[in-house]
Amino acid sequence: MDIEANDIAVRFGRTAVLEGVRFTLRAGEMVGLIGPNGSGKTSLLRILANLREPDAGNVRYGGRSAADLGNRELAQRVAYLAQAGNVHWPMRVETLVALGRLPHRRPMQGLDAADRAAIERAMVECDVIPFRSRTMSEVSGGERLRILLASALAVEADILLADEPIAALDPLHQLQVMELLRMTARQGRGVVVVLHDLALAARFCDRLVLLAGGGVLAEGPPSTVLCDEHIATAYGVEVVRGERDGVPFVLPWTLCSNAGHSKT
Amino acid sequence: MTRTDAVEATGRRYEIPYGSLVSGLGALVVALFVASLAIGYLPVDLWQGFGDALNGEWTAPALVLVELRVPRALLGTLVGFSLGLTGAAMQGLLRNPLAEPGIIGVSSTAALGAVVVFYFGLSGLFLLALPLGGVVGAMVATVLLYGLAGRGAGTMTLILAGVAINSFAGALTALALNLAPNPYAVSEIVYWLLGSLADRSLLSVWLVLPLMLIGWALILMSGPPLDALTLGEDTARSLGFNVGRLRLQLVAGTALSVGSAVAVTGSIGFVGLVVPHLLRPLVAQRPGRLLLVSGLGGAALMLAADISVRLLPVRPELKLGVVTAIIGAPFLFSLIYRLRAEE
Repeated sequence: MDIEANDIAVRFGRTAVLEGVRFTLRAGEMVGLIGPNGSGKTSLLRILANLREPDAGNVRYGGRSAADLGNRELAQRVAYLAQAGNVHWPMRVETLVALGRLPHRRPMQGLDAADRAAIERAMVECDVIPFRSRTMSEVSGGERLRILLASALAVEADILLADEPIAALDPLHQLQVMELLRMTARQGRGVVVVLHDLALAARFCDRLVLLAGGGVLAEGPPSTVLCDEHIATAYGVEVVRGERDGVPFVLPWTLCSNAGHSKT
Repeated sequence: MTRTDAVEATGRRYEIPYGSLVSGLGALVVALFVASLAIGYLPVDLWQGFGDALNGEWTAPALVLVELRVPRALLGTLVGFSLGLTGAAMQGLLRNPLAEPGIIGVSSTAALGAVVVFYFGLSGLFLLALPLGGVVGAMVATVLLYGLAGRGAGTMTLILAGVAINSFAGALTALALNLAPNPYAVSEIVYWLLGSLADRSLLSVWLVLPLMLIGWALILMSGPPLDALTLGEDTARSLGFNVGRLRLQLVAGTALSVGSAVAVTGSIGFVGLVVPHLLRPLVAQRPGRLLLVSGLGGAALMLAADISVRLLPVRPELKLGVVTAIIGAPFLFSLIYRLRAEE
């Protein structure tokens, strides 16, 4: 399933955060949503997840509107991983992952074989099997994030929208999660991931969308989006560049000395 | 015991299969219900009493049973179920283990609603006036609370909102007492406010039953979305649940069941705090599964408390609301102490 968003506007009071944003996601594609703090990444992601109404514009899921699809079908087809997701009760890890199957369940019914298989798969993929029977108060921050990711993957939706899933992780698990997201996309699903780490964004995403200054500043393959000019305009920093195995990477290095940095 | 062990012990070791837990608690409620019928100030032959009542012979045992014991046991079950259930529902909705109809002010505004109806003589207008007064009062409190404390609010905000609502409801109730035309009305209101199951008629049971049943149904239907809410509102919505509707459903359900309960029995606090807290480990912390279980636990606790009030050699009989508060308040202290340690 594809997502197409047209002419999206987000306003907080009189402040326009986004205007006229167009965004598409194709099946099998991993798109990185990048941009400075306050550039509207989370707002756009929440609009794509139908958690927020855009102040203008519309979103189509495989050509249909969210109202057309209905809550249930939308929930089955679009999974959302919230930023720094809190877990309010210390449930057992596997119980929590099983929550991802809620969109597929009929009232008053327990988990069926397909549900159990999906939960197992998600737990294996996210490497949470070793602590599956612990409670949420007994896991570390990184483990908690992988558990939440597992519950989002357990939905087995066509589309996964993840808001900063690697912000709290150590380098090993950052790489693991990014690999996992890319693998998810390779299975034919669409993945949108909000990121701050430009190097990982460049390395793992098929396409980047750079939000800055109230709209899409640049969009396309990482190598074209992450040029010096765009990075200076969006973030106000200069980067060092390198290359490994033909994959370019950037590393933020210093603040820009002169203007050209448009404050968002 | 290390902290991890302790968590493990509460989090998992005590978990009981849901079916067994529900049937076990159900059996306990039935046993306590029968005990509540059998125990009282006069020795009564239950079989004879029932037999006579069914044959329409109003002998002393039949009268004691139908006029005193049955309404008391029924109300204990209904009100206990309502309080346990709404405690679990409010804790799930606000995602805070301290949410409870009494602490967050729902009981006291329900009491205020009933006092207002009573005070203005509206209770004579139509039969449902008193319970409806309670329901409206409870509704006002839940809406206010939600406005003040919001979703996933910190413990502090929640408790402060409860303090504000409780003191305002208390002040208005005091105002009604202050302006009451005669001392007889004052003492009647005060005694009623203390909370008791004694001397209520079967009619009051039938009056509140429909309101409570609707309230229970609204709450019991909300298990899956409450489970999903453990992950926060956005995630719950992304799992296909309408959080706005859930909120409305739980607020209305709580107002209906607590409002009508308080209108008949006065305010009986802490049941909704203690019961979900004790039972939560047994359902592996799942807010959805806690609902029915807490309702049954609340009914059992209420019946047991009401039986012990009758067995205690203290006369005049202690009011149930007084007893639950004396036991429940220290429990609240310990809960706050533990939450503070965790924060």
